Amino acid sequence: MTAALTIRDLRKTYHNGHVALKGISLEVKQGDFFALLGPNGAGKTTAIGIVASLVNKTSGTVSIFGHDIDTDLTAAKSCIGLVPQEFNFNQFEPVEEIVANQAGYYGIARPEARQRTETCLNRLGLWEKRRGMARELSGGMKRRLMIARALVHEPKLLILDEPTAGVDIEIRRSMWAFLQEINANGTTIILTTHYLEEAERLCRNVAILDEGELIENTSTRRLLNTLRMETFVLDIGQPLAQLPAIPQHEVRLVDECTIEADISRDKSLNELFTDLSAHGIKVLSMRNKTNRLEQLFVGLLENNGNGR
Amino acid sequence: MTPQQKITAYRTILTKEILRFGRIWIQTVIPPMITTALYFVIFGKLIGSQIGDMEGFRYMEFIIPGLIMMAVITNSYANVVSSFYSSKFQRHIEEMLVSPVPNYIIILGFVSGGVARGITCGVAVTFVSLLFSPLHIHNLTVIVSIIFLTAVLFSLAGLINAVYAKSFDDISIVPTFVLTPLTYLGGIFYSITMLPGFWQNASMANPILYMINAFRYGFLGVSDISLWASYGISLGFIAALYGYSLWLLRTGKGIRT
Repeated sequence: MTAALTIRDLRKTYHNGHVALKGISLEVKQGDFFALLGPNGAGKTTAIGIVASLVNKTSGTVSIFGHDIDTDLTAAKSCIGLVPQEFNFNQFEPVEEIVANQAGYYGIARPEARQRTETCLNRLGLWEKRRGMARELSGGMKRRLMIARALVHEPKLLILDEPTAGVDIEIRRSMWAFLQEINANGTTIILTTHYLEEAERLCRNVAILDEGELIENTSTRRLLNTLRMETFVLDIGQPLAQLPAIPQHEVRLVDECTIEADISRDKSLNELFTDLSAHGIKVLSMRNKTNRLEQLFVGLLENNGNGR
Repeated sequence: MTPQQKITAYRTILTKEILRFGRIWIQTVIPPMITTALYFVIFGKLIGSQIGDMEGFRYMEFIIPGLIMMAVITNSYANVVSSFYSSKFQRHIEEMLVSPVPNYIIILGFVSGGVARGITCGVAVTFVSLLFSPLHIHNLTVIVSIIFLTAVLFSLAGLINAVYAKSFDDISIVPTFVLTPLTYLGGIFYSITMLPGFWQNASMANPILYMINAFRYGFLGVSDISLWASYGISLGFIAALYGYSLWLLRTGKGIRT
């Protein structure tokens, strides 16, 4: 099956000499939910910009569903829907015009464009706002407007550059559910995000960029399996002045009601609970100290000499 | 894209452009009417009555074609330069750049928007002129064709200005320091036969002179310049500016990094 996106040895050097991409290669399969991660300045937005024809590449090849952007750009563009990081619509235009016009740029005739606009705005909860000017929308609504606009021509590949940045948790979760739904319906999704919980929850495959280089490209599950140690935070029933010695485990008292425990992947959590029970310590609740992917992410960056 | 899809994309850009200047008609259509009315009152009525005939016509009748043409030139230019630069500034030009719409359709869409505003303002100014003087029409085909070509030419020039502009200052420099002087020196208020020999020859380097004279010929049947030279200059400039615009969009100058 043709890959949704194939990038080979992609390089970008800006006019000021800044090298944003140093020859990255990756492939995103059809139907995938793919995360492109990296710290600020890693080259994620540049890579997406090249794929979406907003940035001129220096060298390398990009093909979208088999259409090379150098030789078959029109067909390649027809496959993509882009949700950029910054708001890039006319703030002084009515919401429905923005979406319907985007359909028009893809050659969709006005009556059908109107129907599709209604469908997209309804799905994203913006139909009631259709006659208002875009500038009157809240931040979360503006993000949803960009998603509606990107979906109106029914792209096979949806690229979202930090779509949930700055939106509250309720909207973020509703966006996650929506993205999972359209991915389940066959749309390939590429997502960049700073919320690693988002990538861990949504994406099946992950690539990590750092300083213009690809330092990891694997499945989310395989990446998480490389995590040898996890730190859990345990809330305990009775306050403790001092933690009893539990030599089998790395445990420490954070405050009188909270314990942190480092658990190796080859050890069972049951053993920890048995040992704590033996000392009369009752655990009320438990959570990961850090997001697992975040832990890996930081580790990979440090190994790449980019510890910060 | 199929030809039908390209037509849809073109109509989308054109409609968007017309709605844009239509929504702000008080800023786009009314000002040239007021400015031109003032020209008619001051130059046509007050000063013109002291001047006497010009090439066999009352001074008021002589300046009407030039003033209509000035409205067309400034408004077709202003429409495209401000619309295209705003779309760069607010980054909604990216809506078109990510889509499969060809570059020449983007150019045609913006230019047609500029032509629509230029001609709207030209017609509005023509109605204002009727308050001051009856309109002579010598050759309607020349009037329509030359006004259309002029609006296309200056819309293309506005597009190129907008592509290069990096700030709002940059979109006012050319209209202020180039377009306005060339328009005023293009024979709106006088015939170049009144100028000394050197300045007559120097005026021939001003492309706006050719358009104003051809337009005046359409109304009054008199011109300082050959009609074919006017068409040749207009078509030559349009071809050159269109080719350059296409190259700018293809290479992404000012719009792609």
